[in-house]
Amino acid sequence: MDQKEAKHRYWRANLRLVAACLVVWFTISFGFGIVLADSLDNFSLLGVRLGFWFAQQGAIFGFIGIIFFYAWRMSHIDREHDVDEE
Amino acid sequence: MDLKLLTYLVVGATFVVYIGIAIWSKARDTGDFYVAGKHVHPVANGMATAADWMSAASFISMAGLIAFLGYDGSVYLMGWTGGYVLLALLLAPYLRKFGKFTVPEFIGERYDSRAARIVAVICLIFISFTYVAGQMRGVGIVFSRFLEVPIGLGLVIGMGIVFIYAVVGGMKGVTYTQIAQYCVLIFAYTVPAVFIALQITGVAIPQLAFGSRPIGDDLFFLDRLNQVVMELGFPAYTSGTKSTIDIVCITAALMIGTAGLPHVIVRFFTVPKVRDARYSAGWALLFIGLLYLTAPVVGSMARLNLVETIQIGQVGSPSGNLAYEDRPAWFRTWENTGLLQFDDLNGDGRIQYYNDQNTRFAADVTSYGWQGNELSVDPDIMVLANPEIAELPQWVIALIAAGGIAAALSTAAGLLLVISSSVSHDLLKGIFMPTISERRELMAGRVSAAAAILIAGLLGYYPPAFVAQVVAFAFGLAAASLFPAILLGIFYKRINKQGAIAGMLVGLGFTYGYIEYFKGLFLQWAGAPWGENVASSWWFGISPEGIGAVGATLNLIVAILISQATPQPPEHVAALVDRIRYPRLSS
Repeated sequence: MDQKEAKHRYWRANLRLVAACLVVWFTISFGFGIVLADSLDNFSLLGVRLGFWFAQQGAIFGFIGIIFFYAWRMSHIDREHDVDEE
Repeated sequence: MDLKLLTYLVVGATFVVYIGIAIWSKARDTGDFYVAGKHVHPVANGMATAADWMSAASFISMAGLIAFLGYDGSVYLMGWTGGYVLLALLLAPYLRKFGKFTVPEFIGERYDSRAARIVAVICLIFISFTYVAGQMRGVGIVFSRFLEVPIGLGLVIGMGIVFIYAVVGGMKGVTYTQIAQYCVLIFAYTVPAVFIALQITGVAIPQLAFGSRPIGDDLFFLDRLNQVVMELGFPAYTSGTKSTIDIVCITAALMIGTAGLPHVIVRFFTVPKVRDARYSAGWALLFIGLLYLTAPVVGSMARLNLVETIQIGQVGSPSGNLAYEDRPAWFRTWENTGLLQFDDLNGDGRIQYYNDQNTRFAADVTSYGWQGNELSVDPDIMVLANPEIAELPQWVIALIAAGGIAAALSTAAGLLLVISSSVSHDLLKGIFMPTISERRELMAGRVSAAAAILIAGLLGYYPPAFVAQVVAFAFGLAAASLFPAILLGIFYKRINKQGAIAGMLVGLGFTYGYIEYFKGLFLQWAGAPWGENVASSWWFGISPEGIGAVGATLNLIVAILISQATPQPPEHVAALVDRIRYPRLSS
């Protein structure tokens, strides 16, 4: 496999991961927290209406999770494609 | 011990720590001064970023804003945290790999253009000064409220402290003081929150108390709050009053703006590796989350507390409202500062607090003999008065003062530093005096930091008339100018200088124009604002706060279209993009 192709694969793997993470990011905030909030408010989590909970708590928990997941997966992808530092 | 003396001692002790750190972490070269020598541990950088990001407004005002906005306040919670996801996934690791000192430097090299670099410097300086004026004002206000010194003197003391550690220590000094400041502010914020949560629900963890039942109540806390505020004619706490499109746009503008703020981006230049930059963004958001996940709980509980303090019985029954004579001690304290104001409109000697704008509620109100809302409450009081409302010991009140000052100083220092680096590194070294020696550049950095502090102090003392409008402008500007230019520079190789500059100018011009049109900024002498700032006259119902999201989209579209119609960027730029995309290029 030539080098150009290898680099290309790494970049595509990165883009796929970024896209997947951004879908989750968008869904929990703009989706659950805003557009679908009214319907989700018919359910409740730990005593808080679900749509409201996503808007004021859940989205933030999710954001933290997404970043750590991304960092962890990327370290893995870096090593797999032999572009990791050291 | 006397509260004032105690506050002096606690605040004084934190100042000693900050100055001690400044002396210990003196910057020796430009690398230290601009990016702390790139030796900052990712967790430490996360903490410093959190302090850098959370301003006096986050610490003092946000919980109160949410208390009165209810669901609509979610735009701040999601908007000011969600940007870190964009930062971590789309910008931080690549800019760290780029490995230089400033944001305009990246834009200048990526687009192979001095003009682009200058446009970026102008955006950066405008955004940062806008912000820093608010911070210095915050320092002055905290001093005057807690230490009872005049605002001017408070400002001078604050400027003096920042001067010592920003000028001597540069980014290195700022980083380590920000870590100390984070510890002070998060402790000061969460301790009263835990006590308030305990007092109302008996649950010590605020995030769990949010969904608990108040002590002796059969309803959940938020359902009780909804019921109590609706009885007084306010909208339900957990549902919004803004249109969905506006909520979406404001949230998006704040998120994109956050990711485009230079003083936040530059923090990720200070970690040793690309991998650290990714993790560090996670740590930053975790540390920010500690405050942001607590703020809505504090806000809602303080709101319930306020309403229940005043509405002591059945709504409408004559004895249902608190007699002014019986008001609690904290009420009297905060009346003195003007943050709470009572005006007995119907002359019954009792306090009526309700929504007098609600027309459907108006008939009931008349039959109660109420003649208008009699209590005006500054949102800031929700955090400031918390320790007294919860009857916490005096050292907690002293701690709140130290926390508020820490929040304001840490943000101010971060902003002043990016201003001084863009003057000494981008303008001086990059454009006007490329041959300047390292030692003289370091000196220039210190001098411009000192000058920036002076200007910021003046802006804090004489706040421009439009300072309140300007926050929306700063975020809109960052969203519509810097973020798209950096994003495309990394992810789209075809983008060239013509596209990027046109995109930045269109995004900037559109966002500025819309805000000027509806809110009035610099052209008030010429009759601005021209449009009435209400939902029915906004384009597609998007408020000036949210227009940055549209500006950012326009920037992207224009940049891509113009780049397609103009020549490819040169070979060495393509090589640069490759270099930043791969943590290590195996060659």
